[in-house]
Parts: sequence; C-alpha cells; structure tokens
Amino acid sequence: MSIVNVGIADLNICTGDNSLATYALGSCVGICLYDKNKKIAGLAHIMLPWSKDASKTDNMRRYADTGIWELYNLMKQCGASFPGTVAKIAGGAQMFQSNSAVFNIGERNVQAVKIVLNKLAIPIVAEDTGLNYGRTVFFDAQTGTMQVKSAMNPTKNL
Amino acid sequence: MALNTFKDLNPIQMDVLREIGNIGSGNSATSLSQILSSSIDIGVPVVRDLEYNEVIDNLGGPEQVVIGLLIRLSGDIKGMMMYLLKENFANKVTTTFYGKKTESVLALDEMDRSAICEMGNIMASAYVNAIAQLTGLFIDISVPAFCADMVGAIMSVPAVEFAEVSDRVLFIDDMFRVSDDEIRSNMILIPEMESLELLFKKLGVEI
Repeated sequence: MSIVNVGIADLNICTGDNSLATYALGSCVGICLYDKNKKIAGLAHIMLPWSKDASKTDNMRRYADTGIWELYNLMKQCGASFPGTVAKIAGGAQMFQSNSAVFNIGERNVQAVKIVLNKLAIPIVAEDTGLNYGRTVFFDAQTGTMQVKSAMNPTKNL
Repeated sequence: MALNTFKDLNPIQMDVLREIGNIGSGNSATSLSQILSSSIDIGVPVVRDLEYNEVIDNLGGPEQVVIGLLIRLSGDIKGMMMYLLKENFANKVTTTFYGKKTESVLALDEMDRSAICEMGNIMASAYVNAIAQLTGLFIDISVPAFCADMVGAIMSVPAVEFAEVSDRVLFIDDMFRVSDDEIRSNMILIPEMESLELLFKKLGVEI
C-alpha cells in the first residue's frame, strides 16, 4: 500500500489499496472523487475559484473549474463511470479573520467547487469546509473514506 | 524592462532586496530588545528568495504548527509581510510580559494572542521604518492578524493572494539570543512588483 502525494495546485488518481494525500489545506479546497464499483479515487487541490479571472494560465490545475474538469477527464479515461462517481470535499477555511474580500477566498473556492461539481452532475456526499483551521486530507481508494486531520480538532472520517 | 515576477529580478536587484532585509532586521531586533528590556545578541540575518514550499520545508514541513502574523503594507509600498513564529518566541513574550509559561501555540488565550500581535506590530513597524528612512517612501502597515495552525495552511494565504505574481517570496531568518535563550523569528516579505520598481528607482538601482 502506498500514499500518493498531491501538491498545491495539483491532482492525481489511484486505485486498489493505495491512498491519496494532500497536506495543510488552508483556504484551498481538496476535491475527492470516487467510483465505488471500480475503486478509482481522484484528488485535486485547488487554490482559486475561476480560471476566467486569471491573468496567468501556466497551471490550470490551480483553479476550481479547470482543475475539477481535468480530474473528471482523467477519472473517465481510467474507466470511472459518470454517473456512478461521487465527491467529498474539504478545506476552504478562512485562516485570518478580516472583512476583506480577498480573505474570504476560502468561501469563494467552496462555492466554485460546488457549482462545477453540480454542472458535471457529481453528487457531494460528504463535506468538511469553512471555519478557521487548516486540514490535511487522506483519501483511501479501497474504502472511499476521506480522513480529515487538523491541528486542534479531532480527526474525522467522512 | 518591466518587472512582472520575482524571477525577473537580476542579481544586483536581489542583493538590494537582501540588504534591505538586513537593515530592517537590525532595526526590528533593536526594538525587540527594548521591549524585552534585556540585551540581545543578534545573529546575522539570513535573507533568501525561496519558493513557498521551500519556506514550508524550512519551518519543519506543512503540518508543523506555528503562529502566523499577517501584516498588510500600503502607501508607496504595497504588499504583505508575515511573521512565522514558534513556541519559544511566544513563550519569551508571555514570560517577559506577565510571567506565564507557554508550551503550545495552540493553547494561547486572548491575552497571549494580543501580546504577541503587539510584539509583531512593534517589530514590523521598526522594519518598515528602516525601509522608509532609507528610501524616503511612505509605508503604512495594518494591525497584525493572528493565526496559530499548520504552516502549510497559513502559507496558503499569501500563496493564493500572490499566485499570479510569483511563487517566490523573500524569506528572512533572524536569530536572537536573549539571556541564554535562542529565539528564531522568521518573516516573509512580498512586495507588489510595481512597488518594487518604485523602491529600486528611489535607491538608484537600474530596472
């Protein structure tokens, strides 16, 4: 069994008894996609909501829309069924309290992720988003369990 | 040539930035010693331009818990500075100010947080003053915002905000020795590119 690491503004998939991990999500959002029947798991770590608002397009995995779209296509290529694949999401925190719009990027990320998943008709079956703390996500391809760890709260298995 | 990202900086410009880092650190340490009312030995600050993930690795990996103090710069120089501090810094502040021992940055109460923010405010002011005096530019700073959490999550805040500018930041590593305790203070500085151009112009550095 091995753990496949997914960096910031990156994505990956795995199968069998392997898992995916992404560390210390702040305002970023981790999107886990899972086909239960074929045991195919995918994970994307996005930083910003929409690619159309970007001035730099060197890495499209940075944005919710293009990142999820790429993960969706990769899952499909590997044989995942749509419909038949579900989503679990975590992250989108507001690390520093403030009234400024830039600070609320976490909430905007979560909104964008939900809109994109809805467009692709992928149901969200579990969610641990918002609030004000960082999260590490492990996603098990065998069981489809999303484990969310944080510095001061108990670990959640979703 | 217009500066678009940190990658466009030439070695001379990088040197200037590092030197500004040094001067600011010296000023900042002096103010720290006045507040803690003890003499401080200051190590030579190490100023480097690093990628976000290099900063995170430098502080012990993404899940290492630290204090982040986020300060916004406005006026002639716009951007962000962020202090990244560990337990021993928090402990020094709380023991010196009101004799309370701090063991974990996750267990800090309102009072501790506010004391540490004030410390950050004083250090940041001293830092920015040094740059302002050197350049004659007007720089204003915000009150620090506090967060104690995984360093990866804290660093995602500047990473997201400056995603389109650069994946590099100026990382300043200060070592102080205050009565037998070694204290490390780390700070990242991310000026907006237009502000950098102005800064170089004022210092007579070719762009």
